[in-house]
Amino acid sequence: MLEQTIEKLNTDQSLPVEKTKKSVSTWGAASVLSFILLSCIIFSACTGALSISLAELWQIILFKTGFADTANYEEQKALVFWIIRLPRVCLAVLVGAGLGIAGASLQGLFRNPIADSGLIGVTSGASLFAVIVIMLNIKYLGIINEVGGAYTLSLAAFIGAALTTMLVYQLSKLTGEGGVTTMLLCGIAINAFVGAITGLMTYLATDEQLRTITFWSLGSLGGANWTSVLAVTPFVLCSVLFMPYLSKALNLLVLGESQAAALGVNMKTLKRQVIILATMGVGASVAVAGTIGFVGLVVPHIIRNAFGPDHKTLLVGSALGGAVVLTLADTISRTIVAPSELPIGILTALLGTPFFLYILWDQKRRKV
Amino acid sequence: MIEISNVHFGVKNKPLVQNINFHAKTGEFWAIVGANGAGKSTLMKLLSREHVPTSGNIYFHGKDLKKYKLKELAKLRAVLAQQNSITLSFSVQEIVLMGRYPFYDSQPTQRDLAIVDHCLQKVGIAGFKNRLFPTLSGGEQQRVQLARTLAQIWEVNDGFILLDEPTTGMDLLHQYETFQLARDMTGKGFGVIAVVHDLNLALQYADRVLMMKDGQTFSAGTPDQVLTEDNIKAAFGLSVRIIQPDDTHFPIIVPDMIPVQVAVSTKN
Repeated sequence: MLEQTIEKLNTDQSLPVEKTKKSVSTWGAASVLSFILLSCIIFSACTGALSISLAELWQIILFKTGFADTANYEEQKALVFWIIRLPRVCLAVLVGAGLGIAGASLQGLFRNPIADSGLIGVTSGASLFAVIVIMLNIKYLGIINEVGGAYTLSLAAFIGAALTTMLVYQLSKLTGEGGVTTMLLCGIAINAFVGAITGLMTYLATDEQLRTITFWSLGSLGGANWTSVLAVTPFVLCSVLFMPYLSKALNLLVLGESQAAALGVNMKTLKRQVIILATMGVGASVAVAGTIGFVGLVVPHIIRNAFGPDHKTLLVGSALGGAVVLTLADTISRTIVAPSELPIGILTALLGTPFFLYILWDQKRRKV
Repeated sequence: MIEISNVHFGVKNKPLVQNINFHAKTGEFWAIVGANGAGKSTLMKLLSREHVPTSGNIYFHGKDLKKYKLKELAKLRAVLAQQNSITLSFSVQEIVLMGRYPFYDSQPTQRDLAIVDHCLQKVGIAGFKNRLFPTLSGGEQQRVQLARTLAQIWEVNDGFILLDEPTTGMDLLHQYETFQLARDMTGKGFGVIAVVHDLNLALQYADRVLMMKDGQTFSAGTPDQVLTEDNIKAAFGLSVRIIQPDDTHFPIIVPDMIPVQVAVSTKN
């Protein structure tokens, strides 16, 4: 009977099987979000202390790329765009994408929509190592500057994040066979410990060091330049390009660890892959922009509510969505109290918390 | 064919399963019965390779189970676990399609989708195809999981289906339909091994019964050999009577107890 059905399907392709619904929704979601992201990038690039109009932006880009022979704009605006505005927007996009996709994949791995890079120690570990490097750098290693410095900080944050995550993972394996609950609890313990150490260091720091550390631990894209953009690009690209390949396995994980294993998912490998890829994105982001909370938590929720829980759409969507949210948040953070600047971490937490609570409330309400 | 020889499994020197031996062939329906904590689910986990035996061997189609890759196993046997909670709002079709994941790369083929539809029909929930899984009742969810298990094994030759209490939460009709379905699958050349709580269902549908007690084989063989009044009394601690009504083809197991209501009314 099945054979007949299938033969019929093979001969008659026009049969109404809901085949492409899923793929369309992945591509659909990706193109809608890409369009929004592009608009946000243009909006963000034009907005600021020195406002650039769309026409001017177009001219600036045309001239730089060699399509226009004359420069029909003020030289100052071009400089602001190429040296200050654009790297900052690029950094916001990269950091947002890294945080978004890391949040979505960790939530999938822990089968817990509340899981966040902050929860399992990635952010804390990254902060700790970055703080250590900042302190050492100011005190002894004034030599690490520019490109070298940015890469060192990225690398240190990534190593810190990876080490903490590994430690959490090993601890949870010792205590509870790698169960997810133990892993989360271990993450909380490690977080508290690393938080204490970071706090202790702020205590020991000099005024100058303190200002750097505080500003940086509240999160800011203020230090954006092409160097920092180059420093995070490889990390975030790795995360964003390879993570979607794990979407099928993450979908199966929804059924539970043992059922996923019965369907051919090697849990050990999957855990390792997800942790490393997520750590790369978060570590690099922390290194250049400090700890920016709630992006990795709220963005996947929005994407899930809008496009469904399939991880293929979710991962791609969270990367794009994270980029959108952070670009907008950064635009607000540098314009709302101009000429001063609001640390972006404060902004995302202020806007993110009520929104997150609303989502939780809404979910509970829908279940009743 | 699954061959289990001298299998032991324990956690921290506490034996959970000891000295289990049996051969399950394709085309056979094995029911595993036993009291709570007798080691039934642990045995199922050993068979599905979630656990690896501390000693002894499990051969799957003549090859040591340990030597298979998980991806290979996924194409040879399907497992339905006891606990299946899903909180994310996947649709029924998406869940059943997960059973086809081991067989395609990024996009399901027409054939995969046709199998999904067919399996949904088999368990009688074709109408729920686009419903969201978490909104279904417990028994309906279990039927979706069963459909997913079937979808995984559908095109496999000599495939095995491992079911840990497949009828949890199902109503009477669907319990019987599920067992009938398992029976049909053995007719198509699949091997079925299921943990069964309802002894009457085991008696009626199984080809072979493995009765476990304290992690060990208490008795194994055909249903009439294993499911006797003495064995059930010893393994479950409950006196039963096996009666053969004139108008049924199979005997029925009933508890040999005076119902509470009757007891109370005679006292008065």
